[in-house]
Amino acid sequence: MSALLLRDLKLAVRAGGGFGLGLAFFLIVTVLVPFGVGPDTGLLTRIAPGILWIGALLACLLSLDRILALDHEDGTLDLLATAPLPMEAIVSIKALAHWITTGLPLVLVAPLLGVLLNLPGPGFLWLVISLGLGTPALSVIGTFGAALTVGLKRGGLLMSLLVLPLYVPTLIFGAEVARRGADGLAVQQPLLMLAGISFGAVALLPFASAAVLRVNLR
Amino acid sequence: MSLWEYANPVKFIRFTDRVLPWVSVAAVICLVAGLVWGFFFTPDDYRQGSTVKIFYLHVPAALMAINAWLMMLVASLIWIVRRHHVSALAARAAAPIGATMTVIGLATGAIWGQPMWGTWWAWDPRLTSFLILFLFYLGYIALWEAIEDDDTAADLTSILCLVGSVFALLSRYAVNFWNQGLHQPASMSLDAEENVADVFWYPALVCIAGFVLLFIALVFLRTQTEIRARRTKALLTRERMG
Repeated sequence: MSALLLRDLKLAVRAGGGFGLGLAFFLIVTVLVPFGVGPDTGLLTRIAPGILWIGALLACLLSLDRILALDHEDGTLDLLATAPLPMEAIVSIKALAHWITTGLPLVLVAPLLGVLLNLPGPGFLWLVISLGLGTPALSVIGTFGAALTVGLKRGGLLMSLLVLPLYVPTLIFGAEVARRGADGLAVQQPLLMLAGISFGAVALLPFASAAVLRVNLR
Repeated sequence: MSLWEYANPVKFIRFTDRVLPWVSVAAVICLVAGLVWGFFFTPDDYRQGSTVKIFYLHVPAALMAINAWLMMLVASLIWIVRRHHVSALAARAAAPIGATMTVIGLATGAIWGQPMWGTWWAWDPRLTSFLILFLFYLGYIALWEAIEDDDTAADLTSILCLVGSVFALLSRYAVNFWNQGLHQPASMSLDAEENVADVFWYPALVCIAGFVLLFIALVFLRTQTEIRARRTKALLTRERMG
């Protein structure tokens, strides 16, 4: 299992692996927003948590088709399927690798971009906590979407259509935590819901992803 | 004699052929009677005036939009557990109908909301969760269309339907939490203390019955079409092979 994880991480970091693409996308989205809505710092302060969450979500979405599609093309996935590792473990590792190469950097960079958007002081902590709790769910849900569309020639657009509605609850609670944190309100309730969704998705969705992948590799 | 007998496509088609005219006629009668009754023979609401009458389209459509998804969920479960092809095809047949009902619900809601709330659209929990439901329908239909192999498509869409149901439910509670809305609470549930008055209630019930029958008729018809389309495909393949 660790061999598979290390392999995925290496592939992602080396040239052409797409590591950093998500980060660059996140940066660009955040920089573009003030151009779109104007430089009014009060407005930016108000929308900063939501913008950062949406940016992170889109950056996650952008790199989803790399989770499985490349391995499917060159046949690695078929080999993995015949390996003694259960399919559930394979998809979990894939999701974990995606989170380490995409989700984690996003969490770490978000506070810097928060400065650009004039995020108020108490918001930084809650932004990082909410993204840290929420991005694993984004990766796991995304892996499910990637597994659904892995056999298709141009599955990217379809995958967005399938994955984005599934992202709604995570986004709502995640952005709510960040927003309430920034306003200095109590965050406990949405935080617990976000944690519940995230842990639930991490625990259960790999079974669905594995079932779907088995169908697709049949 | 069990229900599973109708999992046989031939028996299903024979049965639905016999039932379909009756269901269709009943649907038309209920719809015409309910809508005429509702539109012309009920008093105007004392606050909302005659705009309240769009209720007879709005409520049944919204109801069927949700129930169509539930039916797809049940059919998907049957396909996963017992692998009856008719079941998968029925789920496929129901999706566009459910999506249409969602659009009708949203559109009539917007038309009703304009004079009443002064806006076509508000990010109210009910409205928002219906929009999300519509997105789920779109994704489900698109996945069916995208996959060539029939059994693979049936498997993938049924799993999507299961996962989607969980997330649709989660979204429903999430948007509730996210925004308190304009939309009135349920006014037609059987256990509510305060419901709409009987003059509105009876024609609405007839309309709901009409929409349910219409849905059943359309699902039967579309499932038949799907079965026949697949049979044609199989025959063509056999001819090419032979």
